[in-house]
Amino acid sequence: MYHKFDAIVIGAGGAGLSAAIKLVGKGNVAVISKLYPSRSHTGAAQGGICAALGNNEEDHWEWHMFDTVKGGDYLTDQDAAEVLAKEAIDAIYELEHMGLPFNRTPDGKIDQRRFGGHTRNYGEGPVRRSCYSADRTGHMILQTLYQQGIKNNVTFFNEFHLMDVLINNGRCVGVTAIDIKTGELHTFHSKATILATGGYGRCWKVTSNAHACTGDGMTSAYRAGIPLMDMEMYQFHPTGLYRIGILLSEAARGEGGILRNSEGERFCERYAPTLKDLAPRDMVSRFIIQEIREGRGAGPDKDYVYLHVDHLGKEVIDAKLPDITDFARTYLKVEPYTQGVPIQPTAHYAMGGVPTNVNGEVIVDEKGTVMPGLYAAGEVACVSVHGANRLGTNSLVDLVVFGRRAGMQAAEYIKTADFESLPDKHETGSKDLINWVNAGTGQSRTENAANIRKELQTEMQQNVQVVRDEKGMSHAMSKIAELKERYQKVKIQDVSSKFNTERLETLELGSLLELAEATTKGALERKESRGAHYREDMLNRDDVNFLAHTLAYRSDDGGVSRLAYKPVVITRFQPKERKY
Amino acid sequence: MQVAVKILRFDPEKDKKAHFDTYELEADPLDRVLDVMNSIKWYKDGTLTFRRSCAHGVCGSDAMRINGRNRLACKVLVQDVGKKIQLEPMLGFKIIKDLVVDMEPFFDKYKSIKPYLINYDEPPTGERPQSLEEHELFDETTKCILCGACSGSCPPYWSNSEFIGPAAIVNAHRFIFDSRDQGADERLSVLSEGEGVWRCRTVFNCTDACPRDIPVTKVIEQIKRVMLYNRK
Repeated sequence: MYHKFDAIVIGAGGAGLSAAIKLVGKGNVAVISKLYPSRSHTGAAQGGICAALGNNEEDHWEWHMFDTVKGGDYLTDQDAAEVLAKEAIDAIYELEHMGLPFNRTPDGKIDQRRFGGHTRNYGEGPVRRSCYSADRTGHMILQTLYQQGIKNNVTFFNEFHLMDVLINNGRCVGVTAIDIKTGELHTFHSKATILATGGYGRCWKVTSNAHACTGDGMTSAYRAGIPLMDMEMYQFHPTGLYRIGILLSEAARGEGGILRNSEGERFCERYAPTLKDLAPRDMVSRFIIQEIREGRGAGPDKDYVYLHVDHLGKEVIDAKLPDITDFARTYLKVEPYTQGVPIQPTAHYAMGGVPTNVNGEVIVDEKGTVMPGLYAAGEVACVSVHGANRLGTNSLVDLVVFGRRAGMQAAEYIKTADFESLPDKHETGSKDLINWVNAGTGQSRTENAANIRKELQTEMQQNVQVVRDEKGMSHAMSKIAELKERYQKVKIQDVSSKFNTERLETLELGSLLELAEATTKGALERKESRGAHYREDMLNRDDVNFLAHTLAYRSDDGGVSRLAYKPVVITRFQPKERKY
Repeated sequence: MQVAVKILRFDPEKDKKAHFDTYELEADPLDRVLDVMNSIKWYKDGTLTFRRSCAHGVCGSDAMRINGRNRLACKVLVQDVGKKIQLEPMLGFKIIKDLVVDMEPFFDKYKSIKPYLINYDEPPTGERPQSLEEHELFDETTKCILCGACSGSCPPYWSNSEFIGPAAIVNAHRFIFDSRDQGADERLSVLSEGEGVWRCRTVFNCTDACPRDIPVTKVIEQIKRVMLYNRK
């Protein structure tokens, strides 16, 4: 089936909906999502959305910008950080006007709380910058934006699985997608396409990410010839529920929660004397790994530490942290009122992704050359506003600020742009891929997809996680190559057309393999430690050679063909040593 | 431990009627029912079809009948249900395939109560003020994840496809009791119609089913009182 729209948005999470809302009334718009919008992963975000409102104590956007730049270990593009910090303020008020039920101060203003890496006066101490709605801020943001979509009669194509991004004559002209309900392939022809498809946490064994987070949008852009930027910069959130990976928000520490090792020591104090448990996430994850390595991990396998909120008292826990308390009780049968909760670092957030400028326009090289008609926002994009490590509460605000910008930029574009024609045989690539998956019932197809995926996740967990080294990453590269070969023989049982989720999972596995490779390759070639990319064999940050973004280009047969480096935009803050 | 999982199957391309298939496999007591379903799909029967995403009870994708009760498959642990697990799609929804049901009528009913803030005044430059007490009034109903467990557990909803259902009423409540909203009358008129709130028979299945612990029956009661006595 064929559809024509002035603009299409792929993904109905916070960024996609923010973009779509700005396109209302500006042309024919459609949102295409693999899930019902309210199921999007934005809804899992807990802790908060930050802006320098200064409702509880003095705050300034310049401080927020600095924290974002330093938090990103100076890989953050400072023009992007400035936009984020400045526009965050209006973004919060806009959300509140849309009805978002923020927690309030006693005098009726939006309440704000402390969060990791957010400081007053350029690092003096923690500052209350995170606006929140209990510990379900993401849920409220997703609901509120979806409600605005309903109010404005946005057209949704729900449960459509993205296949290919279509390029013709150097322009993006739309996408192909499978209607999951019928199995039919659809073509969406458009002037502007906005990717807002989220991250790819399912490359790792222990992750906070939903099953649906398989990086389909990133891979589609990559396969269409767009390079992926800073893929090695992947964040492991320090406090995931032990073994399961479910997120326990940083908000717990923002409210006063602390981490203790098997000896009961508040170990963060030793590593980060000023910010302690509220140091940035990449650092806290390393503190935890270090404690475990030095034998102070808890439990029978000595492989976790404890998050304590018991000293905060029942009232605070019930009012501010109800959801995460529920997770501890439900999944680990632990009572946070009185016990420490076992936690370990969990694969959480992709700082890297499809490169864009500050207007959400996708760029294709280190010079910033724009691909007309293609935009990206949210976790799928790399502006880069988070650099080498993202601060908590900066993602939710990124979704709104850059989602809006991409929408507004696309709205301008579609005013004057004409439709470019679709490339010849635009459905062939997608159909071939689908047919290849379906042929998985054949005799020569012997590999179980779940096994390949499990081995990938185990390998990435072992060798491309919080602490890395040359040997481990090289091993991962060979393992991924082996898994890609085995993937060529992946089998399938379900041959139906309608709602065939086995087919979708098989396609998603292809995406995970490619993104894992781009991530590992970027990591191997970055000969330094910076932010979330930490190598034991190269502990120092190298601002001479690596104060730059990695761009990974894909070869026709699916590997990384070459890497290029794009300079970081530096305006106000010269790179310094990163201490807290 | 060994578990026996009996699942109601329906392939629209092959089956005339739904039928049960049973699978026996190893499971850890702390595994989620969703984990068990994934094990079956990934290692035994790739055709088993169900919705899922977040796997920790916040997205609402995997609402289904587990041993006869509507629950989220990712919030129920094997040790909560024991060695015999029966999985069926929710009642009151048309089956698309296996445990996947048609959510469109459910979302249409949600949309019918105008689930967005209605305020006709020019907003201030900053936030609209709201007191702690005002925030409390509607805090509970903001938790709804639109999973459908409540509506799918409601006998009036099963027998009457026009009944707006508990979830729509909960979401109307969220706005009616929000001090910043001015659209109470518009929503109450939708709810006071034939297939609105008065179809509720105070069965309480919805309150039992809600994975977010929203006191659904109480919320519906509050709406009824507003209509009868014009009092919140």
